[in-house]
Amino acid sequence: MSSTPNVLVATDWVASHAKDANVRVVEVDVDTAAYDQGHVPGASGWNWTTELCDTVVRDIVPKDKLEALLGKSGIGNDTTVVLYGDNNNWFATWAFWQLKIYGHKDVRIMDGGRKKWLAEGRELSTDKAAPAAKTYKASNPDNSLRAFLPEVQQAVAGKAAGLVDVRSPQEFSGEILSPPGLPETCQRGGHIPGARNIPWGKNVNEDGTFKSVDELKAMYAAVGITGDKPVIAYCRIGERSSIAWFVLTHLLNFGNVKNYDGSWTEWGNLVGAQVEK
Amino acid sequence: MKAEEYSRREIELAGWPIAVETYKAGDVYHCTIYNIDPGARFARADGPTREEAEKTALEKAERYLAQTRRFPVS
Repeated sequence: MSSTPNVLVATDWVASHAKDANVRVVEVDVDTAAYDQGHVPGASGWNWTTELCDTVVRDIVPKDKLEALLGKSGIGNDTTVVLYGDNNNWFATWAFWQLKIYGHKDVRIMDGGRKKWLAEGRELSTDKAAPAAKTYKASNPDNSLRAFLPEVQQAVAGKAAGLVDVRSPQEFSGEILSPPGLPETCQRGGHIPGARNIPWGKNVNEDGTFKSVDELKAMYAAVGITGDKPVIAYCRIGERSSIAWFVLTHLLNFGNVKNYDGSWTEWGNLVGAQVEK
Repeated sequence: MKAEEYSRREIELAGWPIAVETYKAGDVYHCTIYNIDPGARFARADGPTREEAEKTALEKAERYLAQTRRFPVS
């Protein structure tokens, strides 16, 4: 990279610092069984389907539940949290986004994620981490990092924000309703009117590391996303788009970027919602 | 323990491009199948050999891919 924002740490750095007293490494995978196959020694594993969401209401993790999760993971308010995961850090950035919503200061992403760690033949452990518990006090949620349906509808009507759809071109066009091999979760295919399609995978290199700041800036600028007006990123359930949110907010330093976690599973199921194909 | 014999290759299955990622950890081979676009894992299997892990994972993947419908677009 032409410059490496300090929010990213390399696999080498993690290998050297994973067991530092003030560092906690956490694996967050799409495949919730992956952690048990082997993980960075000392890393905790979070299950996005049960631990990073409200399991009753469709919502992000509630504050008290997050506090308990962080506390039992040995994370205090001053801890450096390093997140990584499979699928080029999809759910690691989803966790990152939620930790920022709740005000954690020092969160980083292991560049390249689980894929790079495996490909480099680095040490794996199947021992579940058992860190000393800490007491964690989260801030109230900062919902400025998050777009809700009314705001997206207003943005569409007023062309007030750049909409970034990070799904595949086939999902964007409506040719398919879900990624190949995964269950269909919407009634209609297509995209939110006015959205630009930048598939999430374009943010990363073949080895899973993020592209350079210059490359990313040029890629987004090519479709008119330059940071001069608000940006709303979305995908199917908000996890792929958390990568775009992370890139735009923390690598390109755009000031007003929101992740629409309702995403296509909300918009594509709404009665009467306008859809472009 | 370290990941050994890591490999990743791209093939076509049931009309869809996919990636097959396999590695060995301890005595077990772990195989994971991803769609190429968007790159989501949708099938996985373990086995005592690379061939068995991949065969089982690919069979699952083929079943799941058969359920993906294509709609006409202009």
